[in-house]
Amino acid sequence: MKKLLIPVVTGMIMTLTLNAQTQYKAGDVATDFSLKNVKGEIVSLSQFDAARGFIVAFWCNTCPVVKKYEQRLIDLNKEFAGKGYPVIAINSNDKGVSPGDSYDEMQKLVKNKKYAFEYLYDESQDVARKYGATNTPHVYLLSKKEGKLIVEYVGAIDNNADDAQAADKNYVADAINSLLNGGKVAVAGTRAVGCSIKWRKV
Amino acid sequence: MIAYRNILTSLLFLAMISVTTVSGQSIKRIGTSELEKILGNPDDNLFVVNFWATWCGPCIKELPHFEKLSKEYQAERVTFILVSLDFPSEIDKKLIPFLKKNKIDLGVYVMMDLDYDTWIGKVDEGWQGNLPATLVFNNTRGIRQFLPREIDESTLREIIRKNI
Repeated sequence: MKKLLIPVVTGMIMTLTLNAQTQYKAGDVATDFSLKNVKGEIVSLSQFDAARGFIVAFWCNTCPVVKKYEQRLIDLNKEFAGKGYPVIAINSNDKGVSPGDSYDEMQKLVKNKKYAFEYLYDESQDVARKYGATNTPHVYLLSKKEGKLIVEYVGAIDNNADDAQAADKNYVADAINSLLNGGKVAVAGTRAVGCSIKWRKV
Repeated sequence: MIAYRNILTSLLFLAMISVTTVSGQSIKRIGTSELEKILGNPDDNLFVVNFWATWCGPCIKELPHFEKLSKEYQAERVTFILVSLDFPSEIDKKLIPFLKKNKIDLGVYVMMDLDYDTWIGKVDEGWQGNLPATLVFNNTRGIRQFLPREIDESTLREIIRKNI
């Protein structure tokens, strides 16, 4: 019995550790996903033929830090979608833990705030787990290279959540501009205060 | 004009007094160097540092545990520290009223440095900045435990009991 239990318990601990710590970092190959948008359509990154990359933003309806950054995400899409880097926002919060993050509320939000980008529902939370997202907002900048999605940057949009005007490091915009100019991304990752993703209670 | 200014000054003074006396607790605005001092405290004492914000639901839920256990362990060598990550623009309208309303007696530091990436790794290398998060340490004894998640009362008590 003991012999059987040890590998099982070790396996469980390893899974927990992996869940908590594995996170895409710059240089990794990101996997595509198929998630439902607010119109009920299934969206995958592979459908965006013209895109050169993506601003994948782990997002939600309720987090006050997300609210602080809402206009900035809308502006990023406005500035960069036409240049080949559209915003793809993903809500991975469990509606049981955070009722305001339900699919219905996502639909209302997109309508009210006129999101011009896709806002997808990661109901199983698999995409957040795979990408290693921990917070909202949490941005993964991807670029297409030889048919693969390469992670170029992971972290915050800029370095002042409270006041966009006071931010003096615009991580995501700077990274895309570097890529558009054929250069390398200077800052590969940052950490920022945000709301924890609301994982389903098991 | 002068009289008017005097009235204004007295009103302002009164307002300031009422905030400090009614709330009955203190907030202190800090930057990265003060945070590093807190984290590097060499005293042989168990420090329980909770990172939170009034805008963070799970933080609000667990805050009473810290308040309760700080009273329970009053006679022991345990120091509880609350570090608020409320936005500087919301200290007066949200944080202070919250502390007052919920009768939080623990002193609260408010982190004013919003360039998060410059200091988050100093709290813990593995921390992604998600709230709530709690750091328990005693630098003298090499104790350091970091929990970047919501914590319940019994878990917190157990951690303190083991490391005291």
